[in-house]
Amino acid sequence: MPKDASGVLSEIKRTFIQEKLKSGIREDGRKFDETRNITIEENFIPRAQGSAFVQLGRTKVIVGIKIESGEPFPDTPNLGVMTTNVEMLPMAFPTFEPGPPNEDSIEIARVVDRGIRESKMINLEKLCIEPGKKVMIVFIDIDVIDFDGNIIDACTMGVVKALSFARYKPDPEGDEIPVPINNHPISVTMVKIGNEILCDPNLEEEQMSNARITVTMTEDGKIRAMQKGNIGSFTVGQINEAIQMSERVGNVVRDQILGEVR
Amino acid sequence: MGTPSDKKLIDENGLRLDGRGPDELRPIRIKTDVLERADGSAMIEWGGNKIIVAVYGPREAYPKHTQDIERAVIKARYNMAAFSVDERKRPGPDRRSVEISKVISEALTAAVMVEQFPRTQIDVFIEVAQADAGTRIASLTAASVALANAGIPMKDFVVGCTAGKVEGKVVLDLSKEEDNFGQADLPMAVLPKSGDVVLIQMDGDLSKEEFDTAVAMITDATKRIHEIQREALAEKYKGTEPGGGE
Repeated sequence: MPKDASGVLSEIKRTFIQEKLKSGIREDGRKFDETRNITIEENFIPRAQGSAFVQLGRTKVIVGIKIESGEPFPDTPNLGVMTTNVEMLPMAFPTFEPGPPNEDSIEIARVVDRGIRESKMINLEKLCIEPGKKVMIVFIDIDVIDFDGNIIDACTMGVVKALSFARYKPDPEGDEIPVPINNHPISVTMVKIGNEILCDPNLEEEQMSNARITVTMTEDGKIRAMQKGNIGSFTVGQINEAIQMSERVGNVVRDQILGEVR
Repeated sequence: MGTPSDKKLIDENGLRLDGRGPDELRPIRIKTDVLERADGSAMIEWGGNKIIVAVYGPREAYPKHTQDIERAVIKARYNMAAFSVDERKRPGPDRRSVEISKVISEALTAAVMVEQFPRTQIDVFIEVAQADAGTRIASLTAASVALANAGIPMKDFVVGCTAGKVEGKVVLDLSKEEDNFGQADLPMAVLPKSGDVVLIQMDGDLSKEEFDTAVAMITDATKRIHEIQREALAEKYKGTEPGGGE
């Protein structure tokens, strides 16, 4: 959770949330391993090569993908390039301020980026046009426009959906082809409140917890990226619990958002 | 402005590339309450433009030296998403968006009853998700709806539209191609009740007669656009009885 959204949660609300958790249910009626409602509108920005408008509960993000040709990095002359950037727009929350990305939005962008990159979702070899000279660069840009917790998962879902439908022209005169895709990673972010692990936390749950963990997995059941955040800690047992929850929840989310493309 | 192209922007029947007549608008759709966190919000789709506006405030002006003891300060921030244009745009403000933010702030200040909220600021965050010519007047048109949606007292809406010159003819609501290859561009915004002009910019070349035609076209179009603004705002209250609550 971004620091500037860490407002004060009233004592009465805290107690209420804690009491509810004891009976196995969350403040908004969800089970511990249940996500909020997910709606994704694909091709929201027709001008972009790929795009998605994600609503995860009340959190809303727009993902836009631009694919342009450019030079490869000197150490990977035959690989395409991908970059991920997350803009926490001031419109998303009363205390977000305009300006260059702060450490929170950089962390979010890097966790999203790592999940996609380490899964090798995009086949970067196929994005090489001329080794050492010309490759395709995939610019993933994300606008956070409404914030109610768990930006990482909203962004990852949007990126996976947008990439699955993205099309580009390797040759400006030629035809459009789909982006070469290997798999579909899904990140599941969880927080710890008391000793309970809850997936897809809303803002109040993020404010109440002091430890967060994100586990990104692909459909083959492999763990591709992890990130623990915030000042609290997890036991090894809890981390295993989180991994199991990530696989279970991730499979449901993947089917839900990509059912028809895979 | 622009460079001449081989493309014919107006055909022999006087129709434009997208099939519109000279005084025809592109389709416009406005929706309110698109965001939960903001005090007021609106999304406008105008041709290929897709713009989201959020309003926060009035709230204490910060930093303090920006406070005005007599009125609220309207701070509009016009921002283009990296994916909003054909070639990826580097995120963050450039000189163009700083200027647009300024003229939008000023135009909105003319409509809002700012004197009711001394020492405060009203933030108007504008995110251009997809740009397709005429973003500043589309933003302004949507911003005044978002301000009303936030319940901020206003003397009137602000309605914007552009006209321009393409292949020697004055036309309304320039498309992207017309904007790029046309000979003049005239964005303008008015308060529909009084007709007062609160934003006007122009570049290119226009004779006095052409200017008059362009302004007349815009004035007529703002009435149509204003109707869309009112409907968008009223949509929220459809099915509710006056005085009866929901």
